[in-house]
Amino acid sequence: MRSSASIRRAALVLAAVAVLAGCRQDMHDTPRYEPFEASTFFADGRASRAYPIGTVARGQLRADDHLYTGRVNGEFAETFPFAVSHAEMARGQQRYNVYCAPCHGQIGDGNGMVVQRGLRQAATYHQDRLRGERIGYFYDVITNGFGAMQGYAEQVPVRDRWLIAAYIRALQLSQHAPLEAVRPGDRPRLDQTPEEQLAPPPTAATGH
Amino acid sequence: MSQIFKQSANAWSKASIFALVFTLLALGWAVMVLQRSDFVTSANQFIAQPVQFSHQHHVGGIGIDCRYCHTSVEVAASAGIPPTKTCINCHSQIWSDSPYLEPVRASFRNDTPLEWVRVHDLPDFVYFNHSIHVAKGVGCETCHGQVDKMPLMLQKASLQMEWCLECHRNPEQFVRPRSEVFTMGYQPASSQAEIGPALVKEYNIAGSSNLTNCSVCHR
Ligand code: HEC
Ligand code: HEC
Ligand code: HEC
Ligand code: HEC
Ligand code: HEC
Ligand code: HEC
Repeated sequence: MRSSASIRRAALVLAAVAVLAGCRQDMHDTPRYEPFEASTFFADGRASRAYPIGTVARGQLRADDHLYTGRVNGEFAETFPFAVSHAEMARGQQRYNVYCAPCHGQIGDGNGMVVQRGLRQAATYHQDRLRGERIGYFYDVITNGFGAMQGYAEQVPVRDRWLIAAYIRALQLSQHAPLEAVRPGDRPRLDQTPEEQLAPPPTAATGH
Repeated sequence: MSQIFKQSANAWSKASIFALVFTLLALGWAVMVLQRSDFVTSANQFIAQPVQFSHQHHVGGIGIDCRYCHTSVEVAASAGIPPTKTCINCHSQIWSDSPYLEPVRASFRNDTPLEWVRVHDLPDFVYFNHSIHVAKGVGCETCHGQVDKMPLMLQKASLQMEWCLECHRNPEQFVRPRSEVFTMGYQPASSQAEIGPALVKEYNIAGSSNLTNCSVCHR
């Protein structure tokens, strides 16, 4: 009698252990690092490691000065290191609106939201000096910053920096185009109010 | 000898069978509710951070895009938490002597990272990847809620398996145009029942039989 009762009790305890074992958290928190996790192993406490100084990862050799520094023979480049397609230009616009517009504003007049909240006036792109500036210069400002503006090398990859520079050129043109650049048929619309301009042009109505 | 059980005991015994079944059901129900409660999933709970960083100020107020700070969200599994340098872009000038920002300045001066406390944390046996969701038109808002209304970051979804599956079974109820992925307070241009299936087709989103395969998330 007694032994069967203790067997039963032992079985109960075993069952409880088996069930409670499911409560362990081992698999929820395995001994691997997640991105940006703190580490007790490294002296600076960071699990995400920077490259040791002076090393170059495979495929990351930055031999192309034009592409990576915006300079050719030590002078700011006058040309793009690659051809910019129309689709890439659209990406440049999108990246500009994410990374630059908070301060420089969507049209590049230097009156973005952060400037309105008290940041020092960001430069307007619509000034003669910057209109005449070489394209490599813009790449350099994005990469290394300028005066009170910090560099954006960590946030914006190399190719995107060139696309943003291309879009700044487009912005400059948009605010400083000669009358001859407007198609003759569209010129009357320049005198219209913004509401009238937003209405579809008459050519669209006739189907041409 | 009088009867041990009175006549009324018949009714009681019937009632107690009822009560037993009812109690068991209620218990089961209580466990189910508890499992999904914020207490277990840690949703909707504020977590103290080293700096009182407010998404309401920065996203809702100033209108900064998520990608300005969470730079890897389109290309990697992890969305990325901004380094101190990103804050310094603006705060070298704005509120540059606010006591709230002293930990940020100290971190920049001494080159020590700010130690943000994780708000969302899936178990390590689950594989999650931001880039595929962003590429296929799942908005930040769908999973993280209205971030632009959060003075402190909150986990809005339960992050339980059934939550992931609810969408993986019917992605057409949730997807939006790619251009709206980072928008907060998004309203579909026409009804979701119309544009949902069209987007699923356009973005070539895998069928539910593929997306609910265990090895999609447990690999
Ligand atoms: C945090 C605000 C801020 C952001 C974001 C920002 N800038 Fe600036 N930028 C400034 C300020 C302020 C100046 C003026 C600096 C000065 O005069 O000391 C400036 C100046 C410039 C200039 C003019 C340099 C000159 O020679 O006068 C260029 C070009 C420029 N920024 C490009 C960019 C581009 C491209 C981006 C996006 C990748 C960007 N900026 C993002 C604040 C910002
Ligand atoms: C100005 C920089 C900045 C911007 C812009 C920003 N965030 Fe954040 N975000 C942070 C910082 C810093 C943290 C870490 C502190 C915290 O959890 O509040 C964070 C945390 C988060 C977290 C929680 C991370 C965790 O620990 O689980 C989510 C989710 C998030 N952000 C979503 C967004 C979304 C969505 C947007 C765009 C609507 C956005 N963020 C815009 C800086 C930013
Ligand atoms: C693009 C510019 C910009 C960036 C980047 C930025 N901030 Fe701010 N921050 C602001 C502005 C502008 C304000 C003032 C808010 C207002 O006027 O509503 C502010 C306010 C604050 C405040 C004070 C809010 C209060 O009410 O006391 C804190 C704290 C703060 N930011 C933390 C951070 C942290 C941490 C980061 C980095 C993850 C960061 N900010 C990145 C522009 C920025
Ligand atoms: C399909 C749902 C989903 C979508 C869409 C989504 N997130 Fe997340 N996010 C998560 C989950 C789940 C986690 C927790 C990941 C973990 O613990 O490994 C997370 C974590 C984060 C974190 C913390 C850092 C990290 O990556 O672990 C940030 C920041 C974040 N999300 C920002 C964003 C932003 C910004 C967007 C929009 C571009 C976004 N998320 C879209 C589900 C989502
Ligand atoms: C609101 C909708 C939604 C939610 C919530 C959601 N997902 Fe997804 N998920 C998608 C869509 C859409 C795809 C893209 C499917 C495709 O590849 O066509 C996807 C793809 C994935 C993939 C990649 C699939 C592959 O083929 O490699 C993984 C992994 C994944 N999700 C994990 C998760 C996890 C884990 C969760 C919960 C924490 C989650 N998802 C929550 C909509 C969602
Ligand atoms: C869309 C992603 C996704 C798919 C598909 C998926 N799971 Fe999960 N699973 C999760 C997540 C997220 C969790 C973590 C839930 C939590 O933390 O509460 C989880 C947890 C689990 C757990 C552990 C539960 C616990 O509480 O410890 C098991 C077991 C599991 N899943 C089995 C499966 C099986 C079997 C399948 C295939 C039929 C499957 N999962 C498919 C996302 C998924």
